[in-house]
Amino acid sequence: MELADKLLAGDRRALARAITLTENEDPAAAELAAAIYPQTGRARVVGVTGPPGAGKSTIVDGLTYLYRQSGQRVAVVAIDPTSPFSGGAILGDRIRMRRGTVDPGVFIRSLATRGHLGGLSWHTGSVIRLLDAAGFDAVIVETVGAGQSEIEIMRHAETTVVVLVPGLGDEVQAAKAGILEIADVLVVNKADLAGADRLAKELDMMLKLGQPPGAASGEAWVPPIVKTVATSDEGLADLMAATERHQRYLAESGRFETRRRRELTAEVRGLVRELAGQAACAWAETAGRWERAVTAVVARQSDPRTAAGGLVREFLERR
Amino acid sequence: MTQGKVRVLVAKPGLDSHDRGAKVIARAYRDAGMEVVYTGLHQSPEEIVEAAVQEDVDVVALSILSGAHLALVAKVVGLLRGRQVDDVLLLVGGIIPDEDVEPLKAAGAAGAFGPGSNLDEIVAFTLANIRRRGA
Repeated sequence: MELADKLLAGDRRALARAITLTENEDPAAAELAAAIYPQTGRARVVGVTGPPGAGKSTIVDGLTYLYRQSGQRVAVVAIDPTSPFSGGAILGDRIRMRRGTVDPGVFIRSLATRGHLGGLSWHTGSVIRLLDAAGFDAVIVETVGAGQSEIEIMRHAETTVVVLVPGLGDEVQAAKAGILEIADVLVVNKADLAGADRLAKELDMMLKLGQPPGAASGEAWVPPIVKTVATSDEGLADLMAATERHQRYLAESGRFETRRRRELTAEVRGLVRELAGQAACAWAETAGRWERAVTAVVARQSDPRTAAGGLVREFLERR
Repeated sequence: MTQGKVRVLVAKPGLDSHDRGAKVIARAYRDAGMEVVYTGLHQSPEEIVEAAVQEDVDVVALSILSGAHLALVAKVVGLLRGRQVDDVLLLVGGIIPDEDVEPLKAAGAAGAFGPGSNLDEIVAFTLANIRRRGA
């Protein structure tokens, strides 16, 4: 396949077009994903998440710069929400990402959520693989402004950076069960603002309360808290060092492989569900089975679960 | 499904710092269901073309209020051609005197929209003229 070859050779237009095909669920995308898959698994993936306005894009810009300084090629996937009303989106993360705009070692792609909840777009995982195959050493994924349940990033990133800012007050408390739990590194950005030290202290206390077994011996990872002023690059070198420490920890503890196997298991399982479901639904559409089952449910003769179970049984026993 | 969203790059080349127009047109495109990448102020033609490549957009809409539209459009067109990007619809908006519209079109802009242009007309023009690309 010509597009796959070009992408693997580092052709930026081919890469950009491949991402578009993937996002649009073009039939060619599945073939492409299969063709490039053997060349994936090399890039490290760092996720950056946090509430709107916390400074995620500015931090991504700074991290990109530092990774480049250390000689690594960096791709950025920046996700912004799609309007539920028009289906359109304004993708503005590039406004803050100004340092890598004409650097051939940097590739930035903005994606809209297109209705997907969870903080990412539907095809984030596939897009990461395209960038990985194109030879980028690091892929940084910036989620939409996230609150408490946008935790999908942890499935795609090995290291998840959660960015917080002072002044959110009780929301920090509320966030305890949400995105804070997925943090491998915690950032208190805008650390020059009042309340930054208090926020850092609160986070530290919270971490100490919920410390996992093995934390004291260094066997379990305890998320470091890094204070930054991203607009002036303050603390970003510490942040980069913390993400690298986490990557080393994953590799040395063997958790990297365990994690990867777990995520890939989940992905294959999800696809089995999807494909089996599609096959069963396509079959149920034939010979009026769908209509019959739904009519029985509408008439309250059968509940939805029993009706679905009946269809699936018939599907599995079909000749 | 999620197929075939129109993607637009709204960019401000050059030195002027007035991006009200750029934001208004970005919003109009969004409300028409398009995905709009906005890159902010003071973009060089090189940055604009690189962003257009990475974002794989169907449309590049330049907002220029500095008076340098002829030079900037020529530069962007040249760079797009240099990258073999031949399927992008290039539009210009801003303080464009009537007598500059034809020269801009000759330079490679598909449309030029001066002060008082109607947003619905710009959106309709865009939709009618994008080159839908094959896979």
